[in-house]
Amino acid sequence: MSVANSQTSIEALVAAREIVVVCGPGGVGKTTVAAAIAAMAAVHLGGRVLVVTVDPARRLAQALGLPERGREERGREKARARAGGTGAQQVAANAFARAGVVPRGELWAEMLDTKRSWDRLVSRHAPDPATARRILDNPLYQNISGRFVQSHDYMAVERLYELHAEGDYDLIVVDTPPTRNAIDFLLAPERMADFFSSRLLRLLTVPYRSRFADVAARPFYYVADRVLGSQFLQDIAEFFILFQTLSEGFVTRAAQVERLLADRRTAFIVVSTLEAVPIREAGAFMRLLPAKHLHLGGVVLNRVLPAYLTEGGLAERAEKLLALGPAVAAELCGPGGPMAGWDPVLVERVLEEVGTNFANIGVVARREAAQRAELKRASEVVASIPDLAEDVHDLAGVLGLGHYVWSPLTPDQIA
Amino acid sequence: MAEPPVLERKLLFVTGKGGVGKTTISAGLALLAAAKGKRTLVCELDAKGDLASCFETAPTRFQEREVLPGLWAMSMDSEASLRQYLSLQLRLPRAAGVGAVARMFDFVASAAPGVREIVTVGKLCWEVRERHYDIVVVDAVASGHIVGQLAAPQAINRLVQVGLVRQQTDWMLDILSDPAITGVLAVATPEEMPVAETIELVGRLASETTVSLAGIVVNRVLPELFVTREEQAFDALGEPAAVDILADALGGRPEPLLDAARLMVRARRSRAAHLERLREALGGAGGPVPPGVGLPPLLYVPYLFLRSHGLRATRQVEAALAAELES
Repeated sequence: MSVANSQTSIEALVAAREIVVVCGPGGVGKTTVAAAIAAMAAVHLGGRVLVVTVDPARRLAQALGLPERGREERGREKARARAGGTGAQQVAANAFARAGVVPRGELWAEMLDTKRSWDRLVSRHAPDPATARRILDNPLYQNISGRFVQSHDYMAVERLYELHAEGDYDLIVVDTPPTRNAIDFLLAPERMADFFSSRLLRLLTVPYRSRFADVAARPFYYVADRVLGSQFLQDIAEFFILFQTLSEGFVTRAAQVERLLADRRTAFIVVSTLEAVPIREAGAFMRLLPAKHLHLGGVVLNRVLPAYLTEGGLAERAEKLLALGPAVAAELCGPGGPMAGWDPVLVERVLEEVGTNFANIGVVARREAAQRAELKRASEVVASIPDLAEDVHDLAGVLGLGHYVWSPLTPDQIA
Repeated sequence: MAEPPVLERKLLFVTGKGGVGKTTISAGLALLAAAKGKRTLVCELDAKGDLASCFETAPTRFQEREVLPGLWAMSMDSEASLRQYLSLQLRLPRAAGVGAVARMFDFVASAAPGVREIVTVGKLCWEVRERHYDIVVVDAVASGHIVGQLAAPQAINRLVQVGLVRQQTDWMLDILSDPAITGVLAVATPEEMPVAETIELVGRLASETTVSLAGIVVNRVLPELFVTREEQAFDALGEPAAVDILADALGGRPEPLLDAARLMVRARRSRAAHLERLREALGGAGGPVPPGVGLPPLLYVPYLFLRSHGLRATRQVEAALAAELES
């Protein structure tokens, strides 16, 4: 793949799409990268840009004008509940002014509220308001909507579909939820459809009395009753019978959501660091994308060590520094030397630390370079963000990071 | 009551935000336990296969396998776990469709709180109760999900009135609630989100579960290059005249070497602030640690400057944990 091609920058990619899904393994900085892409698009491309985010760090939330993530000692649910009423919020003009830029477009941010998205979905697809109410009040539903892990994934795509259909934004950037596995996100609509078409769902929702008419299923009920107790089994069956009324609407919707994800207007951007475990998960994710007919827009590498660390000759210089430390320290601290008056023993120790540190960091930098070369063979790395050491705490910080995401890699960065 | 030392416990759940290295820490801890002569089982809950790579061994399965002397490894599979449980408890002939029931159960578990959790946590508690191992180290789910998992017996008690599952929750609660037996080890890196999640987790463990916190592992701690006076000397090395002397001695510009040191100093400093916040939140008034309970031990594991991830890295983590636990 030619990297000189102007298409191979996040800027060119984002300019040509309506939806950008930012995904990847946990802990690699997806949320910040999603915010940076959206902010850069609002500033440089214009239009109305929305970033849908899941669980931003406190200072990033502040930078985007989102309600603060719950104070740390409080549960996440509370934070989400409070965020519930807000919907999308526009990032104020003065936040851009403080960052020293005049945006061409508007930047909006919204925190994903899984519970509220579920409620809306139920209300929409229930045959009547009374059924909707009975589902919403059922304790098992409370569990599905609040704790069913995959539901965060499904609701992120569901909300995305809704927002896109409403047509209020030129570009929607979605940060994906912290799943156990990045792949869960892609499989969510399919799993939702499978759930409703499952034979097990039919078995469970057979009216209680007629269960024993089905000879083949009898041992199943016998064991299930003994394990879970018939009351609980009945509670579950009751809930599933209600829930089944949503089936048609849900399955149709899941198919629409899947189509939207596979549409040419949607691109996936995979974020990863160059550490072994995230890179392996990101690799598996990238291989799955084409199998699901989804478009990999590019790979953004986060927290990468600067390229100069692998320059030729430096490792030898570090070794020399370790070997010549005492002599160099003596020269520096000697009469007329630039560090005259300093304790040569102390300076020698400092030189040794500098040399050792370089040897240490160099090992990691070379390992990263190898990982990166391997990744290059498999796909297109379009941006690379250095390890900035500082956390992003305002819009200027978001845009500073965005600068790295936006700019095409120079040839020496690609090597 | 003083909390028992980490490795004296029989069942340890290792958790943390995604990406902080909880699998490596679990593997290192398991190596250490085995090295101390304990018959050790280490179990990966999410079956991503990372645990096997820490030991450079073939993929782990539900059926545990001795991967190193005295160290058995397995990966959790809730369906297989249920099947094992059913055949032990119900003494059902295979033909009666234990497999079908297990699949059904898994399906129900997608809706009912605590059902899948009770089966996975149940298997681990069972290994402890049957004294098959001296210690069971669990590479558990991420901190966002662990509370739901550990609170599963209570959730089941609320929902299910009768049945075999209900009968199991009492002995499981006994095991989980006993700090001499069970503990959670939270792994954090000194970064903003991992620290925030750890503080949140410590609070939720205390308020929503009966499981005690065995300790906090601070992973990937960067080395401190210079103390104050040394840092001043380092700054002086950046002056043009000093740089020239270094360039002559090294046969090339020394700036990249100095820059790399500066990079490390800066990164360590920003991480130190997060670490400080963690210590403050744990010890401060109104923090998540209830009064009267001692601070959980903080175990520091250094950042490993290694070529690859694998058994060698796991051994270094083991050594770091050993030093921390013995100090």
